[in-house]
Amino acid sequence: MEVIGKSVIRKEAWDKVSGRARYTNDFQSVGMLSAQMVISPYGHAKIAGIDTSKAWQVPGVRAILSGKRYPLTGEAIRDRPPIAVDKVRYHGEPVAVVVADTPSQAKTAADLINVKYELLPVVNSPTQAFQKGAPLVHEHLGEYKKEEDSLPVPGTNIATHIKIRKGDMEQGWAESETVVEASFSFAPSDHAAMETRCATAEIQPDGTIIIMTSSQAPFMVKRLLADYFDEDMGKIIVHTPLVGGAYGGKAAVQLEVLAYLASKELGGKPVKLFNTREEDILTSPCHIGLDATVKLGADRNGKIKAAEIRYLWDGGAYSDKAIDVTRSGTVDCTGPYNIANVWCDSYCMYTNHPYAAPFRGFSHSELSFAIERTMDLLAQKLNIDPLQLRYLNAIMPGDTTPTRVRLTKSNVGDLRKCIEKLRELIQWDEGPIKVINDRFIRVKGVSCSWKTSTIDPNAPSGAILTFNRDGSINLMSGVVEIGTGTKTILAQILAEKLKMDVDKVHVRMEVDTQTTPEHWKTVASRGTYMAGRAVLEAAEDVIRQLKEVAACVLRAPEEDLEVGGSRVFLRDDPVIGLHFKDICYGYKYPNGNTIGGQIIGRGNFVLRHLTGLDPETGEGKPGPEWTPAAYGVEIELDRRDYTYRLVKACTVLDIGRVMNQKAAEGQVMGAMSMGLAFAGRETFYFDDLGRVLNPQLRTYRPLRYGENPEYVVGFVETPQLDSPYGARGAGEHGLMGMPGALGNALSLAAGVQLNHLPLIPELIWRAKEAKHHASL
Amino acid sequence: MALQQITLHVNGEDHNLTVRSADTLLFVLREKLGLTGSKPGCLNGDCGACTVNVDGWPMKSCLMLAIEAVGKQVTTIEGLHNTPIQQAFVEEFAFQCGYCTPGFIMNCHSLIEQHPDADGQTIKEWLESNICRCTSYIEIEKAVKSVLRKD
Repeated sequence: MEVIGKSVIRKEAWDKVSGRARYTNDFQSVGMLSAQMVISPYGHAKIAGIDTSKAWQVPGVRAILSGKRYPLTGEAIRDRPPIAVDKVRYHGEPVAVVVADTPSQAKTAADLINVKYELLPVVNSPTQAFQKGAPLVHEHLGEYKKEEDSLPVPGTNIATHIKIRKGDMEQGWAESETVVEASFSFAPSDHAAMETRCATAEIQPDGTIIIMTSSQAPFMVKRLLADYFDEDMGKIIVHTPLVGGAYGGKAAVQLEVLAYLASKELGGKPVKLFNTREEDILTSPCHIGLDATVKLGADRNGKIKAAEIRYLWDGGAYSDKAIDVTRSGTVDCTGPYNIANVWCDSYCMYTNHPYAAPFRGFSHSELSFAIERTMDLLAQKLNIDPLQLRYLNAIMPGDTTPTRVRLTKSNVGDLRKCIEKLRELIQWDEGPIKVINDRFIRVKGVSCSWKTSTIDPNAPSGAILTFNRDGSINLMSGVVEIGTGTKTILAQILAEKLKMDVDKVHVRMEVDTQTTPEHWKTVASRGTYMAGRAVLEAAEDVIRQLKEVAACVLRAPEEDLEVGGSRVFLRDDPVIGLHFKDICYGYKYPNGNTIGGQIIGRGNFVLRHLTGLDPETGEGKPGPEWTPAAYGVEIELDRRDYTYRLVKACTVLDIGRVMNQKAAEGQVMGAMSMGLAFAGRETFYFDDLGRVLNPQLRTYRPLRYGENPEYVVGFVETPQLDSPYGARGAGEHGLMGMPGALGNALSLAAGVQLNHLPLIPELIWRAKEAKHHASL
Repeated sequence: MALQQITLHVNGEDHNLTVRSADTLLFVLREKLGLTGSKPGCLNGDCGACTVNVDGWPMKSCLMLAIEAVGKQVTTIEGLHNTPIQQAFVEEFAFQCGYCTPGFIMNCHSLIEQHPDADGQTIKEWLESNICRCTSYIEIEKAVKSVLRKD
């Protein structure tokens, strides 16, 4: 391999270090109006009145949108008014939108809008939402338009219920000599991408709707706007430039709708809506919370025989993507273990919390915390080394998943190899505990995970290649550059296939839905696989066309030709050949006659053999492959005050093939960083009114420089045979095992079971106190 | 709101501008001068994405009014050209989405100017004022240390 695996510098690198890289909010135009939302200060309240009279007196105010019934929006269930009417269901929900000439005018006016609220009882957790007689977040759940596989239960707060019924539970429990059961919970939190979400909209006189948005799903914006508002899809053009971090949070469609409505209100004038940090945390969709109960049974050798699981996902006020997150969490509900008998009930619950978007790992870091903590409890009870217990039960080719997909080496990789490599990298055999002195203790915890991506079975990806007259190639793909470097990987795939210099591949970073071939959504660690396959097909298309012209000019059969170094040449005599520049726009003979013409390569890819899930048993094929991984976290606990320091974090994942060494390491390390922050400190603190008390980056704190541990990344390479060069998804996986491994390390260090997130010193202290009082 | 005529010295050039007294330096850099390299991340001084260099020191431009910058030398990311710290960020993959990058680079650039021999503790004190959500910080640490060592 010449290009694959090398740390090729990202194509947009110099733009990003020089301030030239432009994101949605960096595009300005004269006459662009500013929109400002008025948001709900409560979790659940009736809107008793909205007085906009003072706001209208502010100079520069052009429009105020409030109190109007627009078509309901939402992906799995149409349950969300773009601007709240009748009542608000979460703290941060848009109640009005003011449009003015400048941001400060819009803000001044928004602050003068007087909304009268009457408080309603708040549903403050998914467990509360699940109780009989709980206040209803949606009284008319049965009347909403919905996707066929969304299964809401009217008269309750259940937005959907996904089931796994695999094997024979009675037999499973009968074979289990040791049984453990525990409950886990954590509240919603945030993606906290550094670029807050932003959208602009303009409607031209001919009806063309031009949107620019900081999104992972520009093609979905197009589809949904057309669908929600009965617009002509061909007249909607969505532009997405570089995106400043997304992590799933920008896969939801929200601000685009508001910007569109605001522009429409003003006869199509251009309007920009840019989230403040507080709005980005409160109003725009967040990271899902979870209440879980896990029961595992094993025989005397530690072989797990039965798993009974209940997940109550905190979908928040609107179901949007939470239903898909719930489904995804169900299909991989057991973690990466071979269990013959599985019973899982996974509910997407409505609460009065900010609603959920996907979050890096799409339910898997969340369920992994519950499963991996239970695995450690089981190991403890069985008196088996926790890493050995995982090795023993590791899912393998020939096993079946909870949804009964039969696994192969290609589609599941090699978890055992990951575990073995982890064992070395974290020096597991030294033992998990090292006492430093009376105060400090160093402890290691481990975990495992796996993930498939439950994306639409017909999700497409396309690629187009055009030539410049110097023989260099332009690569167009609908993948959004959200920071993962996927577009550079695509250039590497193309350069490898054509055996050419990767510097001669130019990648278009911006996506526009009119001229860029669709890539469903830039989510689910699917860019390299799907867009990569499309690029390979486009490369084949280009090779075929180049050879066709060259064969004629060189008077040689196509079968004798090779492509490499931006040339087409004779395999047995490479000196005889033609440079791309001489044939990519047709070959011109000395007398002017020209053959061939502009070469345009096209490729597409669609996933194969995926199905929906059986509503009663969950049987079905939800995704094409699983990436397994093993993790270790080492912490140093101060036993005096329960503060702790992150010493080391390690991920070993079966990446199939490393496509770009430094980029791959960066993805895994960055994901670990996010996972440790989620596990150790990030959460929304709610009060009794459902208000988020910490919607700022000084009270909601991601890791900062110097708070990070040492990171260790290990790769196992079991190729996924149908993926470009064997690569598996790798963007999310470093995150997924961090909560479990950190929870396991701290539980062992503190001598208490820590089953809630975030794992802050206060939580450890409370658990210690509870244990102490229980023993009195 | 009172408007004022001011002159800002940015990236080696004087700019005559009309601004509101309440306009932040960040707002004026972006909206009046088109220097969008400085990013709004929190408008609250928490994230450092808007960091610029004022008279040699890093400054969060969301916390400074434009009128406070009168008479000072302001350098933004657009004022750096192929500096060693930019090169190091590229080589060490010290960014992913790139949104926090200008702020980090301006902070690093100021650090290198003020403390060319900064030790690990000093680096930490300076850089913990900025947030990068994508990387693990290890890459940024490598980048800044490689430049300090060269000095």
